[in-house]
Amino acid sequence: MAPETALLSMSGITKSFPGVRALDGVDLDVQAGEVHCLLGQNGAGKSTLIKVLAGAHQPDGGGIHWRGEPVTLRSPIAAMRLGIATIYQELDLVEHLTVAENVHLGHEPTAAGFVVRAKAARAATAALLKRLGHPEIDPARPVGELSAAQQQIVSMARALSHDVRLIVMDEPSAALDPDEVDNLFRIVGDLTADGVAVVYISHRLEEIRRIGDRVTVLKDGRAVAGGLPAKTTPTRDVVALMTGRTVEYVFPERPARTPETEPVLQVRGLARDGEFAPFDLDLRPGEIVGLAGLVGSGRSEILETVYGARRPTAGEVVVDGRRLRTGSVRAAVRAGIGLAPEERKAQALLMLESVTRNVSVSSLSRFSRGGWIDRRGERGAARAATRELSLRPDNPDVPVRTLSGGNQQKAVLARWLLRGCRVLLLDEPTRGVDVGARAELYAVVRRLADEGLAVLLVSSEVPEVLGLADRVLVLREGRVVHTAPAQELDEHRVLDLVMEGSPAS
Amino acid sequence: MTQHVSPPRDTAGPTPPARLPVWRGLPARADLRTLSLLGVLAALVVIGGVTKPDEFLDTRNLQLVLTQASVIGVVTVGMTFVITSGGIDLSVGAIVALASVWATTVATQEFGFAGILFTAVAVGLGCGLVNGLLVAYGGMVPFIATLAMLASARGLALQITDGKTQIVTVDGILNLGERDSYVLGVPPLVLVFAIVTILGWLLLNRTTFGRRTVAVGGNAEAARLAGIDVRRQRLYLYLLSGLCCGIAAFLLIVLSGSGQNTNGNLYELDAIAAAIIGGTLLSGGRGTVTGSVLGVLIFTTITNIFALNNLQSDVQQIAKGAIIVAAVLVQRRTASTT
Repeated sequence: MAPETALLSMSGITKSFPGVRALDGVDLDVQAGEVHCLLGQNGAGKSTLIKVLAGAHQPDGGGIHWRGEPVTLRSPIAAMRLGIATIYQELDLVEHLTVAENVHLGHEPTAAGFVVRAKAARAATAALLKRLGHPEIDPARPVGELSAAQQQIVSMARALSHDVRLIVMDEPSAALDPDEVDNLFRIVGDLTADGVAVVYISHRLEEIRRIGDRVTVLKDGRAVAGGLPAKTTPTRDVVALMTGRTVEYVFPERPARTPETEPVLQVRGLARDGEFAPFDLDLRPGEIVGLAGLVGSGRSEILETVYGARRPTAGEVVVDGRRLRTGSVRAAVRAGIGLAPEERKAQALLMLESVTRNVSVSSLSRFSRGGWIDRRGERGAARAATRELSLRPDNPDVPVRTLSGGNQQKAVLARWLLRGCRVLLLDEPTRGVDVGARAELYAVVRRLADEGLAVLLVSSEVPEVLGLADRVLVLREGRVVHTAPAQELDEHRVLDLVMEGSPAS
Repeated sequence: MTQHVSPPRDTAGPTPPARLPVWRGLPARADLRTLSLLGVLAALVVIGGVTKPDEFLDTRNLQLVLTQASVIGVVTVGMTFVITSGGIDLSVGAIVALASVWATTVATQEFGFAGILFTAVAVGLGCGLVNGLLVAYGGMVPFIATLAMLASARGLALQITDGKTQIVTVDGILNLGERDSYVLGVPPLVLVFAIVTILGWLLLNRTTFGRRTVAVGGNAEAARLAGIDVRRQRLYLYLLSGLCCGIAAFLLIVLSGSGQNTNGNLYELDAIAAAIIGGTLLSGGRGTVTGSVLGVLIFTTITNIFALNNLQSDVQQIAKGAIIVAAVLVQRRTASTT
């Protein structure tokens, strides 16, 4: 029997950017009706590969065959015409336009060639949304008013509004809650049953087990393994292929119980109407406390309110026995609180600036006299702080945007290390950080705690909270439903609490 | 017993006492963009020298070019800071007009030299304060807040003068424009411009104020979460722009020996254009005083060459527009290859 012709076949794809060989001869075969998972650490070339596939990047070499015919994808429109749709991780929707307008952007149903038939567009959109299991989304609503999960559905509806044969999904589950992930998987199942192929990118191995058919693993711009069976390849092997190592999550050891010291941070009855109920916390030096909860459970809001970035409706934050002015980031920073926010690029980094300047920005007064900056002192101190965290490359003059996700996070941590902060708030510290770099980041956080830092950690990845924190507070709908030492909890128990909210006692 | 007193050790770590000299980093930053601007300027000088060899390279003409560049140049330095912070100040021309007429009323002139200087600077700072308060604490979009200031300040300037030119009779002012007050052949106005440029460069590149400006422009939310008082910084920036307008108004009074409500017409566009072709990002986060000043010199030199060759101002305007487009295109090209 002749081998079935692949729907898509990319062979020997190369692509270089100034100074980087992003793709170094990648092969990828995708069959109709399969879920083909693309795995790889950050910087492995996944994004570049899917941009080539979407027509957004032109490859330097190699060939693409579509249904056996050689094709060139000159532009995103060319790819779309063939039936290739891409749902990017950063959603590319126009906030002020309605759902229906976004779905039909660029190919609006028209009368007489230019008059938009808005009603027809809305009806078609409603049908698509129903097919995607979200009939509650109103096609006439502006996209900016929707939740992240709903926006993702809209993005998917847009992909399906074309006659699509292949959908690329770049980490579609990153911003979703478990029940929404279930819906996503149901949609993927429906699509493949119709013969549509899905290229699915995710960091989460368990998802790939659930829905994947085959796996291609990228590392350093090469496909190190192609077409592995997704369900049966041992995790150990996959991780080994991705990292060149045979480790999964490695968490640092917890120290023997720290002596009972005075708490450095005390939160008393802190609340924000509509976001979270009165919240209490004592945080001691050397302690890591984790907040576990779903998206929307109030975890990030609590963190930002403690930090003063949001103004509480009640309650107080006390550092070293002194009450902070609420709703003031400057007061929090002065008192020794630091925040590594969830959206590193949008909320923490100055992307045009060097590592040094990103690290020193919160401590400028330390390196200046009368406003005049001692640049040598600044650079030296920034270098000392980044070296302590083994930030790579070991050159504080490089622009921060050239660093990997893990090293960018280290730059943010170095900022607070340099500032000499005593309470560190970590919001999703390993988002966008690849598996190999995570273990290192965990070790850094634990070491900082051992040196006397108090850490409050928020993460949507339960294993991370359980592995890193000493004590875990489980949140549901803005309320702490359970508090326990991390050793006494396991992932299932936490997920039960998070979703069912069974009473703590 | 002899006591050996060891010098106290700095526990913070081995920090070499030597500071970086101020100019270190200057060659590194004389990047492609600055070099290309210098190249354009050099080309213009060659064109001027070839087309009008006697007139253009004459000392008096060069002094004139630099003097003309001084007024708009000082305004552009202030504008560079505002744009670097992600803002915009459309009111600079109107503030120059208001400051120049307020400083030349009969009542002000009674206080002589000091009265005129003080009034010009105070009016500039006052307008900057209003802009800054509206933008930083009133939450207004800079474009709108400064557009409102543009309209009001021009209106007020017209009201004060009733459309008449106010002649300056204070000798100290008039003498400053005379040739005998030139310092080693350099007109005092050009000296002021040079001093403002140097101070502006130092402020942007060597001080916490400059760092905060860049941080606010690069990512205001990140700056806020890093503990920077973003609103106060914005207030200071519009104050700085107002101060520069006040100084420019004073220079204009010296230059023209008068105050008029039509002064500073379209300065906002010239200053923005000079800053942008100099390499300051309109979206904020990157700014260069050196580039802005080169941009001003390029525009002024073009105007001069055109005037010497008897070309009308309509042609000048077209050439200016073409240069802005060309400069930005070249910058995009160089930015994408680096």
